[in-house]
Amino acid sequence: MLIKVVLILAVAVVSLFMLRGHGARRQALRRLGLLAFAAVAVVSIIFPDLLTAVAQKINVGRGADLLLYVLIVVFFSYVASRYVRDRRADQRVTALARRLALSEAPPPRGALPAAGPEPQTGLAGGPTPEAP
Amino acid sequence: MPATGFDDVWVVIPVYNEAAVFASVLADVTGTFGHVCVVDDCSTDGSAAIAQEFAGRGVRLVRHPFNLGQGAALQTGLEYVLGDPLMRRVITFDADGQHHVADAVAMVERLDASGATPAGPAGQASSRPGLDVVLGSRFLGGGKGEMGGAKRLVLKAAIAYTNLVVGMKLTDTHNGLRAMNRRAVAALHITQNGMAHATEILEQVKRANLAYVEHKVKISYSPYAKAKGQSLLNAINILVDLVLR
Ligand SMILES: Nc1nc2c(ncn2[C@@H]2O[C@H](COP(=O)(O)OP(=O)(O)O)[C@@H](O)[C@H]2O)c(=O)[nH]1
Ligand SMILES: [Mg+2]
Repeated sequence: MLIKVVLILAVAVVSLFMLRGHGARRQALRRLGLLAFAAVAVVSIIFPDLLTAVAQKINVGRGADLLLYVLIVVFFSYVASRYVRDRRADQRVTALARRLALSEAPPPRGALPAAGPEPQTGLAGGPTPEAP
Repeated sequence: MPATGFDDVWVVIPVYNEAAVFASVLADVTGTFGHVCVVDDCSTDGSAAIAQEFAGRGVRLVRHPFNLGQGAALQTGLEYVLGDPLMRRVITFDADGQHHVADAVAMVERLDASGATPAGPAGQASSRPGLDVVLGSRFLGGGKGEMGGAKRLVLKAAIAYTNLVVGMKLTDTHNGLRAMNRRAVAALHITQNGMAHATEILEQVKRANLAYVEHKVKISYSPYAKAKGQSLLNAINILVDLVLR
Protein backbone atom coordinates (compact mmCIF):
# COMPACT_ATOMS: atom_id res chain seq x y z
CA MET A 1 0.00 0.00 0.00
CA LEU A 2 1.35 3.34 -1.07
CA ILE A 3 0.21 5.09 2.09
CA LYS A 4 2.49 2.91 4.20
CA VAL A 5 5.51 3.98 2.20
CA VAL A 6 4.47 7.60 2.42
CA LEU A 7 3.97 7.45 6.18
CA ILE A 8 7.27 5.69 6.79
CA LEU A 9 9.03 8.29 4.65
CA ALA A 10 7.25 11.00 6.63
CA VAL A 11 8.55 9.53 9.89
CA ALA A 12 12.09 9.54 8.56
CA VAL A 13 11.95 13.00 7.03
CA VAL A 14 10.24 14.68 9.94
CA SER A 15 12.57 13.15 12.50
CA LEU A 16 15.64 14.08 10.48
CA PHE A 17 14.19 17.55 10.14
CA MET A 18 13.67 17.81 13.88
CA LEU A 19 17.09 16.37 14.63
CA ARG A 20 19.13 18.69 12.48
CA GLY A 21 19.65 22.35 13.10
CA HIS A 22 18.17 24.38 15.85
CA GLY A 23 18.25 28.00 14.75
CA ALA A 24 15.43 30.49 15.02
CA ARG A 25 14.35 29.56 11.48
CA ARG A 26 14.00 25.93 12.45
CA GLN A 27 12.09 26.81 15.55
CA ALA A 28 9.71 29.04 13.59
CA LEU A 29 9.06 26.24 11.11
CA ARG A 30 8.41 23.84 13.95
CA ARG A 31 5.88 26.23 15.40
CA LEU A 32 4.20 26.69 12.03
CA GLY A 33 3.95 22.93 11.78
CA LEU A 34 2.32 22.80 15.16
CA LEU A 35 -0.11 25.53 14.14
CA ALA A 36 -1.02 23.62 10.98
CA PHE A 37 -1.53 20.51 13.06
CA ALA A 38 -3.86 22.42 15.38
CA ALA A 39 -5.79 23.88 12.44
CA VAL A 40 -6.28 20.46 10.91
CA ALA A 41 -7.40 19.12 14.26
CA VAL A 42 -9.98 21.87 14.66
CA VAL A 43 -11.29 21.44 11.13
CA SER A 44 -11.60 17.71 11.60
CA ILE A 45 -13.50 18.25 14.82
CA ILE A 46 -15.93 20.66 13.17
CA PHE A 47 -16.35 18.51 10.07
CA PRO A 48 -15.76 14.94 11.27
CA ASP A 49 -16.72 13.53 7.88
CA LEU A 50 -13.94 15.47 6.23
CA LEU A 51 -11.31 13.36 7.93
CA THR A 52 -12.91 10.17 6.71
CA ALA A 53 -13.27 11.60 3.24
CA VAL A 54 -9.62 12.47 3.13
CA ALA A 55 -8.68 9.09 4.55
CA GLN A 56 -10.64 7.31 1.87
CA LYS A 57 -9.08 9.48 -0.83
CA ILE A 58 -5.63 8.28 0.17
CA ASN A 59 -6.70 4.71 0.84
CA VAL A 60 -6.33 4.64 4.61
CA GLY A 61 -9.87 3.60 5.33
CA ARG A 62 -11.36 5.31 8.35
CA GLY A 63 -10.61 8.83 9.52
CA ALA A 64 -9.60 7.42 12.89
CA ASP A 65 -6.85 5.41 11.23
CA LEU A 66 -5.53 8.51 9.51
CA LEU A 67 -5.56 10.34 12.80
CA LEU A 68 -3.61 7.53 14.43
CA TYR A 69 -0.97 7.53 11.71
CA VAL A 70 -0.51 11.26 11.92
CA LEU A 71 -0.22 11.04 15.68
CA ILE A 72 2.45 8.38 15.38
CA VAL A 73 4.48 10.65 13.12
CA VAL A 74 4.10 13.60 15.45
CA PHE A 75 4.93 11.60 18.52
CA PHE A 76 7.98 10.05 16.99
CA SER A 77 9.38 13.37 15.87
CA TYR A 78 8.75 14.74 19.33
CA VAL A 79 10.75 11.91 20.89
CA ALA A 80 13.58 12.50 18.44
CA SER A 81 13.82 16.22 19.06
CA ARG A 82 13.53 15.64 22.81
CA TYR A 83 16.47 13.24 22.63
CA VAL A 84 18.66 15.79 20.92
CA ARG A 85 17.70 18.52 23.34
CA ASP A 86 18.35 16.26 26.32
CA ARG A 87 21.79 15.44 25.03
CA ARG A 88 22.60 19.10 24.67
CA ALA A 89 21.38 19.79 28.18
CA ASP A 90 23.45 16.85 29.47
CA GLN A 91 26.55 18.31 27.91
CA ARG A 92 25.97 21.66 29.55
CA VAL A 93 25.41 20.04 32.93
CA THR A 94 28.54 17.93 32.46
CA ALA A 95 30.67 20.96 31.64
CA LEU A 96 29.36 22.74 34.70
CA ALA A 97 29.89 19.79 37.02
CA ARG A 98 33.41 19.28 35.66
CA ARG A 99 34.32 22.91 36.29
CA LEU A 100 33.06 22.57 39.84
CA ALA A 101 34.92 19.31 40.42
CA LEU A 102 38.18 20.69 39.05
CA SER A 103 37.95 23.93 40.98
CA GLU A 104 37.47 22.07 44.24
CA ALA A 105 40.27 19.58 43.57
CA PRO A 106 43.68 19.91 45.21
CA PRO A 107 46.57 21.14 43.04
CA PRO A 108 48.26 18.34 41.05
CA ARG A 109 51.65 18.91 42.60
CA GLY A 110 53.10 20.35 45.73
CA ALA A 111 52.10 20.17 49.34
CA LEU A 112 48.62 19.26 50.35
CA PRO A 113 47.27 21.19 53.30
CA ALA A 114 49.18 19.73 56.27
CA ALA A 115 50.23 16.12 56.77
CA GLY A 116 48.31 13.21 58.13
CA PRO A 117 44.58 12.81 57.71
CA GLU A 118 43.01 15.20 55.29
CA PRO A 119 41.35 18.16 56.92
CA GLN A 120 37.92 17.90 55.38
CA THR A 121 37.01 21.53 55.25
CA GLY A 122 33.94 23.14 53.87
CA LEU A 123 33.08 22.44 50.27
CA ALA A 124 35.72 19.85 49.58
CA GLY A 125 33.25 17.03 49.18
CA GLY A 126 30.17 18.91 48.18
CA PRO A 127 26.81 17.35 48.86
CA THR A 128 27.71 13.71 49.22
CA PRO A 129 24.91 11.25 49.73
CA GLU A 130 26.78 8.63 51.74
CA ALA A 131 25.09 5.26 51.98
CA PRO A 132 23.11 4.87 55.17
CA MET B 1 58.37 5.51 47.82
CA PRO B 2 57.44 4.96 44.19
CA ALA B 3 60.28 4.35 41.80
CA THR B 4 61.75 7.36 40.14
CA GLY B 5 61.57 7.64 36.38
CA PHE B 6 57.82 8.02 36.42
CA ASP B 7 57.66 11.54 37.78
CA ASP B 8 56.12 12.75 34.51
CA VAL B 9 53.47 10.00 34.58
CA TRP B 10 49.90 10.39 35.85
CA VAL B 11 47.52 7.50 36.40
CA VAL B 12 43.87 8.46 35.91
CA ILE B 13 41.41 6.17 37.67
CA PRO B 14 37.67 6.71 37.27
CA VAL B 15 35.85 5.12 40.15
CA TYR B 16 32.26 4.41 40.98
CA ASN B 17 31.44 2.29 44.01
CA GLU B 18 34.45 -0.02 44.13
CA ALA B 19 35.13 0.20 47.88
CA ALA B 20 35.53 -3.56 48.19
CA VAL B 21 38.70 -3.64 46.09
CA PHE B 22 39.75 -0.01 45.68
CA ALA B 23 42.24 0.13 48.57
CA SER B 24 44.24 -2.78 47.21
CA VAL B 25 44.14 -1.29 43.70
CA LEU B 26 45.46 2.02 44.99
CA ALA B 27 48.12 0.30 47.07
CA ASP B 28 49.31 -1.48 43.94
CA VAL B 29 49.30 1.59 41.75
CA THR B 30 50.97 3.91 44.25
CA GLY B 31 53.65 1.29 44.79
CA THR B 32 54.90 2.17 41.32
CA PHE B 33 53.45 5.53 40.34
CA GLY B 34 53.73 8.70 42.38
CA HIS B 35 50.98 10.71 40.68
CA VAL B 36 47.46 9.31 40.65
CA CYS B 37 44.26 11.17 39.85
CA VAL B 38 41.14 9.45 41.15
CA VAL B 39 37.91 10.77 39.68
CA ASP B 40 35.12 9.76 41.99
CA ASP B 41 31.73 9.84 40.33
CA CYS B 42 29.74 10.44 43.48
CA SER B 43 30.22 6.95 44.88
CA THR B 44 27.93 6.06 47.74
CA ASP B 45 30.09 3.35 49.30
CA GLY B 46 33.06 5.31 50.62
CA SER B 47 35.32 4.86 47.58
CA ALA B 48 36.23 8.55 47.81
CA ALA B 49 37.30 8.22 51.44
CA ILE B 50 39.60 5.37 50.45
CA ALA B 51 41.23 7.62 47.86
CA GLN B 52 41.68 10.32 50.52
CA GLU B 53 43.61 7.87 52.68
CA PHE B 54 46.19 7.66 49.91
CA ALA B 55 46.66 11.43 49.67
CA GLY B 56 50.07 11.09 51.28
CA ARG B 57 51.12 8.68 48.53
CA GLY B 58 50.41 11.00 45.64
CA VAL B 59 46.71 10.33 45.12
CA ARG B 60 44.67 13.39 44.17
CA LEU B 61 40.91 13.13 44.45
CA VAL B 62 38.56 14.92 42.06
CA ARG B 63 34.88 14.50 42.82
CA HIS B 64 31.93 14.92 40.51
CA PRO B 65 29.00 16.49 42.36
CA PHE B 66 26.74 13.76 40.95
CA ASN B 67 27.14 10.66 38.81
CA LEU B 68 28.07 11.53 35.23
CA GLY B 69 29.45 8.25 33.92
CA GLN B 70 32.82 6.76 33.17
CA GLY B 71 33.47 8.72 29.97
CA ALA B 72 32.81 12.00 31.74
CA ALA B 73 35.07 10.95 34.61
CA LEU B 74 37.90 10.13 32.22
CA GLN B 75 37.62 13.52 30.54
CA THR B 76 37.64 15.24 33.93
CA GLY B 77 40.77 13.31 34.89
CA LEU B 78 42.49 14.18 31.62
CA GLU B 79 41.74 17.86 32.11
CA TYR B 80 43.02 17.67 35.66
CA VAL B 81 46.36 16.17 34.70
CA LEU B 82 46.77 18.66 31.87
CA GLY B 83 46.93 21.20 34.68
CA ASP B 84 50.29 19.75 35.65
CA PRO B 85 52.90 21.30 33.36
CA LEU B 86 55.31 18.47 34.16
CA MET B 87 52.94 15.77 32.96
CA ARG B 88 54.24 14.00 29.84
CA ARG B 89 52.47 10.63 30.00
CA VAL B 90 49.12 9.37 31.25
CA ILE B 91 47.72 5.94 32.01
CA THR B 92 44.00 5.24 32.30
CA PHE B 93 43.35 2.43 34.74
CA ASP B 94 40.22 0.73 36.10
CA ALA B 95 39.34 0.84 39.78
CA ASP B 96 37.90 -2.66 39.98
CA GLY B 97 41.15 -4.62 40.09
CA GLN B 98 40.90 -5.98 36.56
CA HIS B 99 44.09 -4.28 35.37
CA HIS B 100 47.69 -4.98 36.30
CA VAL B 101 50.36 -2.42 37.13
CA ALA B 102 53.04 -4.41 35.31
CA ASP B 103 51.07 -3.99 32.05
CA ALA B 104 50.70 -0.27 32.70
CA VAL B 105 54.44 0.09 33.23
CA ALA B 106 55.28 -1.74 30.02
CA MET B 107 52.77 0.34 28.07
CA VAL B 108 53.84 3.72 29.38
CA GLU B 109 57.45 2.91 28.60
CA ARG B 110 56.62 2.44 24.93
CA LEU B 111 55.40 6.03 24.62
CA ASP B 112 57.22 8.91 23.09
CA ALA B 113 57.34 11.29 26.03
CA SER B 114 59.35 14.00 24.32
CA GLY B 115 56.26 16.10 23.84
CA ALA B 116 57.58 17.17 20.47
CA THR B 117 55.32 17.17 17.45
CA PRO B 118 55.88 14.14 15.26
CA ALA B 119 58.27 14.65 12.37
CA GLY B 120 58.97 18.06 13.79
CA PRO B 121 60.45 20.87 11.76
CA ALA B 122 63.77 20.18 13.43
CA GLY B 123 63.67 17.00 11.40
CA GLN B 124 65.12 14.69 14.00
CA ALA B 125 65.04 11.92 11.47
CA SER B 126 64.21 9.22 13.97
CA SER B 127 63.79 5.90 12.20
CA ARG B 128 60.30 5.27 13.58
CA PRO B 129 57.94 7.93 14.79
CA GLY B 130 57.28 7.84 18.50
CA LEU B 131 54.06 6.41 19.83
CA ASP B 132 51.36 8.73 21.12
CA VAL B 133 48.92 6.09 22.31
CA VAL B 134 49.34 2.52 23.54
CA LEU B 135 46.04 0.62 23.75
CA GLY B 136 45.62 -2.36 26.03
CA SER B 137 44.25 -5.47 24.36
CA ARG B 138 43.22 -8.71 26.01
CA PHE B 139 42.90 -10.44 22.65
CA LEU B 140 46.17 -9.47 20.97
CA GLY B 141 48.01 -12.55 19.77
CA GLY B 142 44.90 -14.68 20.05
CA GLY B 143 44.24 -14.54 23.77
CA LYS B 144 40.79 -15.65 24.80
CA GLY B 145 40.53 -13.16 27.60
CA GLU B 146 39.27 -15.29 30.47
CA MET B 147 35.62 -14.29 30.10
CA GLY B 148 32.38 -16.14 29.72
CA GLY B 149 31.13 -17.16 26.30
CA ALA B 150 28.16 -14.77 26.11
CA LYS B 151 30.24 -11.80 27.22
CA ARG B 152 32.94 -12.65 24.69
CA LEU B 153 30.38 -12.85 21.91
CA VAL B 154 28.94 -9.42 22.69
CA LEU B 155 32.42 -7.97 23.10
CA LYS B 156 33.60 -9.41 19.80
CA ALA B 157 30.55 -7.95 18.08
CA ALA B 158 31.26 -4.57 19.66
CA ILE B 159 34.88 -4.78 18.53
CA ALA B 160 33.90 -5.62 14.96
CA TYR B 161 31.37 -2.81 14.88
CA THR B 162 33.81 -0.30 16.38
CA ASN B 163 36.53 -1.21 13.91
CA LEU B 164 34.03 -0.66 11.12
CA VAL B 165 32.94 2.73 12.45
CA VAL B 166 36.37 4.14 13.22
CA GLY B 167 38.23 2.46 10.40
CA MET B 168 40.82 0.70 12.49
CA LYS B 169 41.88 -2.92 12.80
CA LEU B 170 42.09 -3.46 16.53
CA THR B 171 41.79 -6.71 18.42
CA ASP B 172 40.20 -5.01 21.44
CA THR B 173 38.33 -1.72 21.37
CA HIS B 174 36.76 -1.67 24.82
CA ASN B 175 39.69 -1.84 27.15
CA GLY B 176 40.08 0.77 29.88
CA LEU B 177 43.85 0.33 30.12
CA ARG B 178 45.55 2.89 27.90
CA ALA B 179 48.75 4.89 27.92
CA MET B 180 49.16 8.18 26.07
CA ASN B 181 51.50 11.10 25.88
CA ARG B 182 50.64 14.71 26.51
CA ARG B 183 49.95 15.38 22.85
CA ALA B 184 47.29 12.68 22.83
CA VAL B 185 45.74 13.82 26.09
CA ALA B 186 45.39 17.33 24.72
CA ALA B 187 43.78 16.01 21.53
CA LEU B 188 41.02 14.08 23.32
CA HIS B 189 37.66 15.63 24.14
CA ILE B 190 35.34 12.92 25.38
CA THR B 191 31.69 13.92 25.10
CA GLN B 192 30.17 10.47 25.50
CA ASN B 193 29.57 10.38 29.22
CA GLY B 194 28.66 6.72 29.32
CA MET B 195 30.42 3.66 27.99
CA ALA B 196 30.33 4.75 24.33
CA HIS B 197 33.40 6.86 25.12
CA ALA B 198 35.65 3.92 24.20
CA THR B 199 34.65 4.27 20.56
CA GLU B 200 34.83 8.04 20.72
CA ILE B 201 38.41 7.95 22.00
CA LEU B 202 39.46 5.78 19.07
CA GLU B 203 37.75 8.09 16.59
CA GLN B 204 39.63 11.04 18.01
CA VAL B 205 42.93 9.17 18.02
CA LYS B 206 42.38 8.52 14.34
CA ARG B 207 41.24 12.04 13.51
CA ALA B 208 44.18 13.64 15.33
CA ASN B 209 46.55 11.37 13.43
CA LEU B 210 48.08 10.04 16.62
CA ALA B 211 50.51 7.16 16.36
CA TYR B 212 49.01 4.18 18.18
CA VAL B 213 49.71 0.55 18.82
CA GLU B 214 48.06 -2.27 20.73
CA HIS B 215 49.72 -3.93 23.67
CA LYS B 216 48.86 -7.33 25.08
CA VAL B 217 47.45 -7.02 28.59
CA LYS B 218 45.92 -9.33 31.13
CA ILE B 219 42.41 -8.55 32.31
CA SER B 220 41.44 -10.44 35.44
CA TYR B 221 37.90 -11.64 35.84
CA SER B 222 37.57 -12.11 39.55
CA PRO B 223 34.12 -13.04 40.82
CA TYR B 224 33.87 -9.45 42.02
CA ALA B 225 34.63 -7.94 38.61
CA LYS B 226 32.33 -10.41 36.91
CA ALA B 227 29.43 -9.50 39.14
CA LYS B 228 30.00 -5.77 38.77
CA GLY B 229 31.05 -5.40 35.16
CA GLN B 230 28.91 -4.09 32.36
CA SER B 231 25.81 -6.15 31.87
CA LEU B 232 25.27 -7.55 28.43
CA LEU B 233 22.09 -5.52 28.09
CA ASN B 234 24.09 -2.32 28.47
CA ALA B 235 25.63 -3.07 25.09
CA ILE B 236 22.30 -1.93 23.65
CA ASN B 237 22.59 1.43 25.40
CA ILE B 238 26.09 1.86 24.08
CA LEU B 239 24.95 1.07 20.56
CA VAL B 240 22.11 3.59 20.72
CA ASP B 241 24.47 6.25 22.08
CA LEU B 242 26.79 5.65 19.16
CA VAL B 243 24.15 5.67 16.47
CA LEU B 244 22.05 8.57 17.73
CA ARG B 245 24.40 11.38 18.46
N1 LIG C 1 33.57 7.59 37.25
C1 LIG C 1 32.83 6.52 36.94
N2 LIG C 1 33.44 5.37 36.79
C2 LIG C 1 32.71 4.31 36.50
C3 LIG C 1 31.29 4.35 36.32
N3 LIG C 1 30.88 3.09 36.01
C4 LIG C 1 31.98 2.31 36.03
N4 LIG C 1 33.08 3.04 36.34
C5 LIG C 1 34.49 2.62 36.48
O1 LIG C 1 34.98 2.21 35.22
C6 LIG C 1 35.80 1.07 35.35
C7 LIG C 1 35.30 -0.05 34.48
O2 LIG C 1 33.94 -0.29 34.75
P1 LIG C 1 33.31 -1.71 34.61
O3 LIG C 1 31.87 -1.55 34.96
O4 LIG C 1 34.12 -2.68 35.38
O5 LIG C 1 33.43 -1.98 33.05
P2 LIG C 1 33.99 -3.29 32.33
O6 LIG C 1 35.23 -3.70 33.04
O7 LIG C 1 34.23 -2.83 30.93
O8 LIG C 1 32.90 -4.32 32.42
C8 LIG C 1 35.86 0.78 36.85
O9 LIG C 1 37.02 1.38 37.36
C9 LIG C 1 34.61 1.43 37.38
O10 LIG C 1 34.76 1.84 38.72
C10 LIG C 1 30.66 5.61 36.47
O11 LIG C 1 29.45 5.76 36.34
N5 LIG C 1 31.48 6.65 36.77
MG1 LIG D 1 35.58 -3.93 35.03
